[in-house]
Amino acid sequence: MIPAPQKHSYALGPGVVAPAMHPEYGRAIQELNNVNYPKAGGQPFVVDAGHGVGGPHQHTQYPYVTGTSVLALKYKDGIMVACDTLGSYGSTKRYKSMERMKPVGKFTLIGASGEYSDFHYIMKLLDELTTDDYCHDDGQNLTPTEIYNYLTRVMYNRRNKFDPLWNSLVVGGFHNGESFLGTVGMVGTCYTDSHVATGFGAHLARPLFREKQYDDMSEDEARALLEDGLRVCYYRDKNSINKFQIAKVTAEGSTISEPYALITEWGYEAFVNPAAAAVGTW
Amino acid sequence: MSSIGTGYDLTTTTFSPDGKIFQVDYAQKAIDNSGTAIGIRCKDGVVLGVEKLVISKMLVEGSNRRIFSCDLHAGIATSGLAADGRQIVNRARAEAANFKNFFGDAIPGEVLCDRIASYKHLFTLYGTRPYGVGTLLAVYDEEGPQLYQIEASGVGMRYFGTAVGKGRQGAKTEIERLKLSEMTCREGVLAVAKIIYQVHDDAKDKAFELELSWVCDESQRRHERVPADLHATAETAAKAALEDDDDD
Repeated sequence: MIPAPQKHSYALGPGVVAPAMHPEYGRAIQELNNVNYPKAGGQPFVVDAGHGVGGPHQHTQYPYVTGTSVLALKYKDGIMVACDTLGSYGSTKRYKSMERMKPVGKFTLIGASGEYSDFHYIMKLLDELTTDDYCHDDGQNLTPTEIYNYLTRVMYNRRNKFDPLWNSLVVGGFHNGESFLGTVGMVGTCYTDSHVATGFGAHLARPLFREKQYDDMSEDEARALLEDGLRVCYYRDKNSINKFQIAKVTAEGSTISEPYALITEWGYEAFVNPAAAAVGTW
Repeated sequence: MSSIGTGYDLTTTTFSPDGKIFQVDYAQKAIDNSGTAIGIRCKDGVVLGVEKLVISKMLVEGSNRRIFSCDLHAGIATSGLAADGRQIVNRARAEAANFKNFFGDAIPGEVLCDRIASYKHLFTLYGTRPYGVGTLLAVYDEEGPQLYQIEASGVGMRYFGTAVGKGRQGAKTEIERLKLSEMTCREGVLAVAKIIYQVHDDAKDKAFELELSWVCDESQRRHERVPADLHATAETAAKAALEDDDDD
């Protein structure tokens, strides 16, 4: 740990310490970086000061900008996936129009919760994979199952390096008349099911899905059920906003809707005094 | 060729007294002996066509391709030594993937042409022998549709329309007659098919397969094989045109 600076430069402002002002602080950084300092001039700007001294990189091991739950279910024509468009910075609602669902290849769609830049990285991997596949031009295209299995291996491999990709992914696809739906967690945990949800959604939305989802349900029914799930998540999950996208993967390929808001009802008794039924809270 | 090697053709590291690198000339010869490949740039994209000579009747249809994609938006038609051609395509794919990885965007045509040209050029300076491949490169990027030709010597140039291989002379004269700036790729495909049938030498080479690809607005700026139905109409139209000519 770098000791917290006790004084600061009036010129530079609070929290910023010129090396000359605090010899102890300067020395601590010097030790951490294990470099020879110039006799004069400023010190270099340091990101991830712990790197190279006490062990591996630390700055990749904690999420910064994150997305919350992704919900998905099977229906008559394929798969429907939904999530909000929020990118949270801790609990700050920092970015409000982030697309967290992306098509991959011809038959597959990925929805991601968790660290957004890790999701970018995963999409980059998949992009290379699909480009390679495209160039082969052998009439075979990556199927949803193949992409899903690939992702499980990537996620598990990264957890074995103690540097996991901080995501929970939903893989939905439709190929050869069959729909596919699965989820991969950040340590490589994975399963396929008729309905899946990541994060809070697994606790808040899936109970609804268990009750109402069936594989032959119509598009309208599926959409209504997903929207119920989204609404419940929005009521209970503070890291969510009322701006959602719904995506479909069917025989025609994948389409992602424009963002839209749901009608919400905040007049429920339980919402008026939420602490009333929970003794010991305020 | 006007002069023969007489000892100056054993390596690329030696000039002949009249300033030639014979190995490069020989590589060019290998290209000139192979089936014709032509490319044209129309107003909405680029069309590539190849006269792929069939070595054996027992080959499965579609074997030994000579048109390849090297990225979503870029395609290559090769002529010359087939194995060398595939090597060049592999390099082009690697360059395209590397560019995308580094800059986060698709490689521009100019850059890809330059990279392939530099790669070929290396082999006219060092190593074993130059690549015996003529390369037609079709790209559709932010600048629009572009066609490049890269020769064995490492020279890469941009063209409105060009041809390599056996029938290049005839093909080039035919391309010059086309109004490329007013032509759509759909029309271009027909023209390319017609030219390839026209320059095909029935007496020397018996069977050939027509390969057609495009990158255009209609293909969402992706380099892909021309759709089967259009390919078929282009082929029948080309055959019909040829018979009409014979009747005259």
